[in-house]
Amino acid sequence: MSLDTNTNVVNKNEEFKPLIVAFCCNWCSYAGADLAGTSRLKYPANIKIIRVPCSCRVNINFVLRAFQNGADGVVIAGCHPGDCHYSTGNYHTRRRFSLITNLTEYIGVEKERFKVDWISAAEGNKFATVMNDILEDVYKLGPNKKLRDARWKI
Amino acid sequence: MRKIGVFVCWCGSNIAATVDVKQVVEEAKKMPGVAYAADYQYMCSEIGQNMMKEVIDKHNLDRVVVAACSPRMHENTFRRAAEEAGINPYLVEIANIREQCSWVHKDKEAGTEKAIALTRAAVAKVTLNSELVPGEIDVVKKALIIGGGIAGIQSALDIADAGYKVDIVEKTPSIGGKMAQLDKTFPTLDCSACILTPKMVDAAKHPNITLHTYSEVEKISGYVGNFNVQIKKKARYVDMDKCTGCRICTEKCPSKKAKSEFEEGLKNRGAVYIPFAQAVPNVPVIDTDECIKLKTGKCGLCEKLCPSNAIKFDDKDEIITEEYGAIVVASGYDIIDLNKFGEYQYDHPDVITSLEFERITNAAGPTNGKFLRPSDGEKPKKVVFIQCVGSRDKTERGKSYCSKICCMYTAKHSMLIKEKYPDIEAYVFYIDVRTPGKNFDEFQRRAVEKYGVQYIKGMVGKIFPEGKKLMVHGVDTMSGETLVIDADMVVLAAATKAKSDAIDLKRKLNISTDINNFFTEAHPKLRPVETASAGIYLAGACQGPKDIPETVAQSSAAAAKVIGLLNKSKLVNNPCVSAVDESLCSGCLACTEMCPYDAISYKNIEIDDHGKKIKKVVADVNEALCHGCGGCTVTCRPGAIDLKGFTNKQILAEVDAICH
Ligand code: SF4
Ligand code: SF4
Repeated sequence: MSLDTNTNVVNKNEEFKPLIVAFCCNWCSYAGADLAGTSRLKYPANIKIIRVPCSCRVNINFVLRAFQNGADGVVIAGCHPGDCHYSTGNYHTRRRFSLITNLTEYIGVEKERFKVDWISAAEGNKFATVMNDILEDVYKLGPNKKLRDARWKI
Repeated sequence: MRKIGVFVCWCGSNIAATVDVKQVVEEAKKMPGVAYAADYQYMCSEIGQNMMKEVIDKHNLDRVVVAACSPRMHENTFRRAAEEAGINPYLVEIANIREQCSWVHKDKEAGTEKAIALTRAAVAKVTLNSELVPGEIDVVKKALIIGGGIAGIQSALDIADAGYKVDIVEKTPSIGGKMAQLDKTFPTLDCSACILTPKMVDAAKHPNITLHTYSEVEKISGYVGNFNVQIKKKARYVDMDKCTGCRICTEKCPSKKAKSEFEEGLKNRGAVYIPFAQAVPNVPVIDTDECIKLKTGKCGLCEKLCPSNAIKFDDKDEIITEEYGAIVVASGYDIIDLNKFGEYQYDHPDVITSLEFERITNAAGPTNGKFLRPSDGEKPKKVVFIQCVGSRDKTERGKSYCSKICCMYTAKHSMLIKEKYPDIEAYVFYIDVRTPGKNFDEFQRRAVEKYGVQYIKGMVGKIFPEGKKLMVHGVDTMSGETLVIDADMVVLAAATKAKSDAIDLKRKLNISTDINNFFTEAHPKLRPVETASAGIYLAGACQGPKDIPETVAQSSAAAAKVIGLLNKSKLVNNPCVSAVDESLCSGCLACTEMCPYDAISYKNIEIDDHGKKIKKVVADVNEALCHGCGGCTVTCRPGAIDLKGFTNKQILAEVDAICH
């Protein structure tokens, strides 16, 4: 991985082990992750997947909860527009995307920490690339301190 | 407290080599609700499943987590095993520690840590799972076939013979498809029409089959067992019941400018026409773009001449609605547009496609089977065949795949020429010759050995028309020599491609296509005739290039699947559907707008508000129509609608567990 090509953030944060939560739709993106697996494509273990039937099932709440619980990045991955198993589900995801981005920015989470992307069942490679890309962005930003510190300490 | 059992699979060394399964088990034991955890070499094996059942029984477990391969692989296996042990199958969750862990992470420590996190998420989710019971739906005992080529005809006949009703919807005025246009078929050189026509007649005569020709599927809704389909029957302007097929109208029609589609434009047809001699049904149609009466109000000769009063100029398109239990897509293929291949001079009359060749050699074709040059009707002396025109071509204009049938039909074409006219020289330019079918290689070698067709390994760079000749400039890569052949005719083996309206049909059917727009099967090896949408099957070249024997085999396979489905008296549906909490629902009905399947409507209920009865509107989900996407749950502002199996609480619990 070439995570520190144009920045030294990685070296400065030796201890920083980012956590990325990826919501993947069952039919395309989760299958794409499966294909990345069967093709033995390597990507970092920081990516943790939650399976949802369709990308449109992902509530803003889920994204916020992940950030609140210390996730450094969140990805929603669905089928390519036009290919949704539920015909139009991912159009709704696309519409919600800007809403979630605005909201996360508003609460102080950099918008680069949140991504929506389309990964088909045939795109094992793209799955690995998308995950590597967000990880790279998150490395540059460093840990998601804002919401992590805002957690209610007992 | 829940009593959850966690079973960690080694998958032989697939998981165990990069994940410390013992450690996963130890961590699992500490997770809340977990009463039992163990590892096993192959959980999916019969021994593994039996072990799981015994443990469930012995430890009185009420929920199960299997940390193994993808749920897309074995979720059903483990659900069934749990059910046999007396646990509701929906109280099982899978942690995918193979595809998402051992196979993608080399570092054992990181992999193990992630496997533990994924297991924790599955445990957290399963803790909140509830028992789900699938509902039952009736099956309409009738199938729809889209496309009336050999694929559709074969599927229809097989399903109809099994005793079920079948409708064929075909766009063009006659069934028969591309196979009807062919002259001979490889590798037996059977006359195509001779083997196809009886099947076309069988389909038309079969008491269980209804043909809707000159018709299109307009809209499809519903679901497996209960598809609701609108079919547009285009106006034919000829009454199918009255017409006797005498053909007086087609002979006398004064408009003769239209190019015959069936003859690949090599012959003209009238405005009122029957596409070809053996067309089924044997009833003409009127082409609205060509008919003088429909365009200018004058003429109407056919109406006057028709002895049975069958012409009806006031005919209108008609939409009919039918119900079906299953659908077979058999919409066929097209060939690519050759106008982008300027170097081959397709706009020259003597440069033709293989389909045009089929018509020229066909005894019923535009030249009555005589092999003559389109430009001047003379007999050619040298013919050059060019294979892989647009196939195995990664550039924009071509297709990167092998079109599969061209090697064989080029061998057939060259043989047909040499058979009739041994003095004609035939050359074939090829990249590779691919003949992996039964008796295919023998067939191709016969072209070379018996008929002396000259095969040249190499591509053609350019064709220059010179007088009456076509100078074909190519390279023989075996000898390294450049060649110039003064051909009289050139036949291009054009790449096959998906039908241009495949995308449109895919959207109507809600199925998927690959990057080349061919319809995608549910699994390339194990479910080759099913789509990912239950109850929709694929047959023939709409799924990828195929020859006739393969098409027929797949069509019968699709038919077998349909028969299996229609044979069931009831289907069970997916219980992971949405449900409305009526006390929270505000009756805004935003969810109904979002639902892609129109599964949500509303109902009026009466609630007791401090002793006062008040009326209220709430959303109402039809479980048979709900596909379980969960989009409505996000649309709902008060959070009144939730998706069973993937509830808000379950997913939030997973998020928490992962971020632990
Ligand atoms: S969106 Fe929610 S509140 Fe509105 S009708 Fe649907 S279930 Fe009820
Ligand atoms: S889950 Fe999807 S299909 Fe089911 S009612 Fe909600 S929006 Fe419609």
